[in-house]
Amino acid sequence: MLKHRVLSIFLILLAIGIGFFVYKTNKYPFRLGLDLNGGTELTYRADVSKIKSGSVVDAMSSLRDVIERRVNLFGVSEPVVQVENPGLISGTSENRLSVELPGVTDINQAVALIGKTPQLEFMLVRPEAQNLSQEELRNKTIAEVFVTTGLDGQYLDSARLDFTSSGGSQISGQPLVAITFNSEGRDLFAKITRDNVGKVLAIFLDGQMISSPVIRDAITDGKAQISGGFTVDEAKSLVRDLNYGALPVPVELISTQTIGASLGQDAKTSGVKAGVVGFALIVLFLILWYRLPGIVASLSLVIYIILSLAIFKLIPVTFTAAGIAGFILSIGMAVDANILIFERTKEELKRDKSVHDALHEGFSRAWLSIRDSNISSIITAVILFWLGTSAIKGFALTLGIGVLISMFTAITVSRTFLFAIVPKTESRFKKFLFSNGLHI
Amino acid sequence: MKIEKLLNTMSIINHRKIFFVLSAALVLGSIFIMLGFGLNFGIDFKGGSSLEVSYASVRPDFDATKASLDSLNLGSYVLTPSGNLNYILKTRDITPAEKTTILGALSMDPANLAKEEQFNTLGPVVGTQLKNKALLAIAIVIICIVLFITFAFRKVSTPVASWKYGLATIIALAHDVIIPTGVFVTWSHFYGGQIDLLFVTALLAILGYSVHDTIVVFDRVRENLRVDSKGKETFSETVGKSVTQTFGRSINTSLTIFLALAALYFIGGESTRDFAFVLLVGVIVGTYSSIFVASPLLVTLEKLQK
Repeated sequence: MLKHRVLSIFLILLAIGIGFFVYKTNKYPFRLGLDLNGGTELTYRADVSKIKSGSVVDAMSSLRDVIERRVNLFGVSEPVVQVENPGLISGTSENRLSVELPGVTDINQAVALIGKTPQLEFMLVRPEAQNLSQEELRNKTIAEVFVTTGLDGQYLDSARLDFTSSGGSQISGQPLVAITFNSEGRDLFAKITRDNVGKVLAIFLDGQMISSPVIRDAITDGKAQISGGFTVDEAKSLVRDLNYGALPVPVELISTQTIGASLGQDAKTSGVKAGVVGFALIVLFLILWYRLPGIVASLSLVIYIILSLAIFKLIPVTFTAAGIAGFILSIGMAVDANILIFERTKEELKRDKSVHDALHEGFSRAWLSIRDSNISSIITAVILFWLGTSAIKGFALTLGIGVLISMFTAITVSRTFLFAIVPKTESRFKKFLFSNGLHI
Repeated sequence: MKIEKLLNTMSIINHRKIFFVLSAALVLGSIFIMLGFGLNFGIDFKGGSSLEVSYASVRPDFDATKASLDSLNLGSYVLTPSGNLNYILKTRDITPAEKTTILGALSMDPANLAKEEQFNTLGPVVGTQLKNKALLAIAIVIICIVLFITFAFRKVSTPVASWKYGLATIIALAHDVIIPTGVFVTWSHFYGGQIDLLFVTALLAILGYSVHDTIVVFDRVRENLRVDSKGKETFSETVGKSVTQTFGRSINTSLTIFLALAALYFIGGESTRDFAFVLLVGVIVGTYSSIFVASPLLVTLEKLQK
């Protein structure tokens, strides 16, 4: 009994400590889903038909990285970019990418932000345009002057900022962009340069010619330099766009979802209010019906809520309207374990056992049904999490975590508290305190 | 006053045919309603766009707004007032650029502009896939739970094989999913409401709750069978006793969940109201079915063996 009392005090202090952490810490904020915070979710379908089947996963993860970097560049706070893999289980045969942008409610801006792809192209000057004067060139379209080589940004491996070295006719220290092609690009580049020595190979970015070097020799190492009279900043941003810009697979927007900030705010405040009122009603019922054990159950329920919130913060679990609903449901299930135990204790008390023995029996006999019923809830939560879309996942996660934590609080914590206050001597009044319902 | 005395230990089991008929009637009624009224799928499942706008001072006249929208090439659309100052517009799936045009058409008075609150759009293919995915999720949950129950009750193979506990649970599960769907379809026929992902989430939560509740009663059967290993009681007596013993717990647990859900329904806000409604119906039906359907079914299954 002393052991239980010491442990109880320790548990209460621990809960207060964790509660303080949940309340105070800003390092791990609650993550709110778009439906509570306002924002935009965009879902893209990736066209992987040109990718070899073995490397689709790689292509998708590099697509995710590219889009994530691009989103980050625009300073959206906590964007979530996720690949949704196809397969029998997920019910789709498509490769999808979902992008959540909290706080962004202008879809046009968001779509533009993600869809921005710098187009890098290498073009040869047409032989007939070779000798035209500047004046004449100005009146021609790009297609009239240049012929495409098929070499473009998709063959790019990487780009980096470099500076011209001294020597030759160059001024040293000028910024330039050094690019490296991938193996296919290297072969193509080698072929183009070998066949066109002495001609101009113009480099276009987003349809603008930025450099027009003359091919002096065949280049076989797959390296090229773009020197377009850049400032250091221009060269830097070109390097960034080239590295992060080219999407490895083409994407198509298939679904969008936008929720205004005020609507989200309403859902949030009313969800929290419902939680508080629901909790108060449950506590009222527990204390009125189960008396002293009801108070203990309410205390474990408070600890349950504190622990859950702490874990939601740490993982972090994104709260959505469905997630809050899942949490409220899990509160009900958490109480169920205590109800099972107390009802069982009452039965044992009726068989004229002492309060202490009745409690013991209550806990040990209720355990099996708590275990099996909770396992079935966990199975449900796992399947939902595995199959679900983001809204269902939020529900499954809060429910699953809730059930697991409730196994600890409703059993271990309640048990410790109850055995800490269980009376040594029996009396009618003490039996009344530990009994429940409208009768004794 | 004792509930146990009011309810004679055997009355539920002995009158099981009444409950079976009642449940069968409710299930059939729900199926007829689903077929008759049709399932009103939300854009989650059939694709399309939904745009909710609010006005700062006053919602413009309905007919005028419709006339303004008719001038756009939207095809068939549904415009519904929502709350005091909002409109919800449902259309085929539109592009962000078209949405901007629609917002312009909804803002007829420059002093009272339509403010976008919510915009969802989903291609029709995606919707069908989500629907299949949801059905698959429900099917897999049911299969896994039956397997688990067969496993958890493997040691109690007499007088009823453990898979029959699973069978009784599935029948109760189907009951608990079909009736709330029927009730929701009826409700949405009159008050509006759609079958969307949140609705499916609610059904899955009901599945979880219903099994949870049924297992508690079956666990008591399992325990009573073990205590009475000499077989002094008949199986129907054991089941009747188990139902009576767990009756108080079933009612009280449902009551706590009911309280939490009622709070969600009344003050939890618009976005989870339908969800809470379906769950409320589900909790009532789920509690009813574990006492009055699943447990008596065990007795029927035992009698069929003879």
